[in-house]
Amino acid sequence: MAKMAIVYDIVRQEEKMLTKEASERGFEVAMLNLDHAYFNLSSKDNLPYDVALQRSISYFRSLHSTKVLEDFGVRVINSFYTTLISGNKLFTTLALEKAGVPTPKTFLAFSEEQAIKATNELGYPAVLKPVVGSWGRLVSALNDEESAKAILESRKFMHPLYQIYYVQKRISRPPRDIRSYVIGDQYVTAIYRYSPPGDWRTNTAISGRAEPCPKSKELEELSIKAAKAVNAEYIGVDFMESQNGLVVHEVNSSTEFKNTVRVTGVNIPKLIVDHIYSLIKR
Amino acid sequence: MSKTKVIIAVCPQCEGNIEVPGDAIPGEVVSCPDCGATFEVDAIDGDKVSLKQIETQGEDWGE
Repeated sequence: MAKMAIVYDIVRQEEKMLTKEASERGFEVAMLNLDHAYFNLSSKDNLPYDVALQRSISYFRSLHSTKVLEDFGVRVINSFYTTLISGNKLFTTLALEKAGVPTPKTFLAFSEEQAIKATNELGYPAVLKPVVGSWGRLVSALNDEESAKAILESRKFMHPLYQIYYVQKRISRPPRDIRSYVIGDQYVTAIYRYSPPGDWRTNTAISGRAEPCPKSKELEELSIKAAKAVNAEYIGVDFMESQNGLVVHEVNSSTEFKNTVRVTGVNIPKLIVDHIYSLIKR
Repeated sequence: MSKTKVIIAVCPQCEGNIEVPGDAIPGEVVSCPDCGATFEVDAIDGDKVSLKQIETQGEDWGE
């Protein structure tokens, strides 16, 4: 019986669903709670798992624990490379651009002065996003130069990560975005996420509303292309409907899916586990 | 039909009773019905459950 470690810290609905599916698939499941674990980096023994499913809620914990597991002989889904690239918006944008996936025009700067110059060239309205972050946290609208200066100045007093100024053209779009799912090289399903009242961000973590989104050739092809761009075994891809077609603004390598399962009826956790099973049985 | 065992934990904040499912996994989040505080299940040992304060949201939490 293949042994799967589920690497986690906070147990969300997603972790419960994945654990149940993994057991039913016939994996011997080991719950690896990072809050209760430590690793001897000098050990000469491999870790006793055939595969690990990385589900830590923390980007930095995911990255570091995945690296340890991989270096100690465990195949991790998603890999260190995928986690590294997907969890950082700059790295993701670069990967998407390289793969020819449409993505919003984005500038990068390392000082307030250059960030203002970049935003002026990019044009208002723009959006300032932390390169590491999720759920819409600290995503700020830059509506004009005056507000841009104030918001950029506030970042000066935060962790150095927030002084990597990733500024993106604000896309004119309906009050929703699209989250699609790719597992293996298959497009699986998608939802619309509508902005909550009074907020321009669409994340369901801040009470955005989810509805099924019909498949289109464009959505399917770009979803798969985005997944390949970051070498993902499974991924949540975020799209906006721009005036020139779909653009990808983010990918999520430890994607949440409980709302999608609820509104589409697609058993995403089962499909993820089935895919992992197919990978290790090859 | 068997019923999932429930373990009663004492809320560290208000000393109210929090019902924790017996098959809860460490890391699972529970709320106190009396004061609304949320805690994380730290460990379950037989009929005893220990709870710890939950970090409301880390700077790098997400998908």
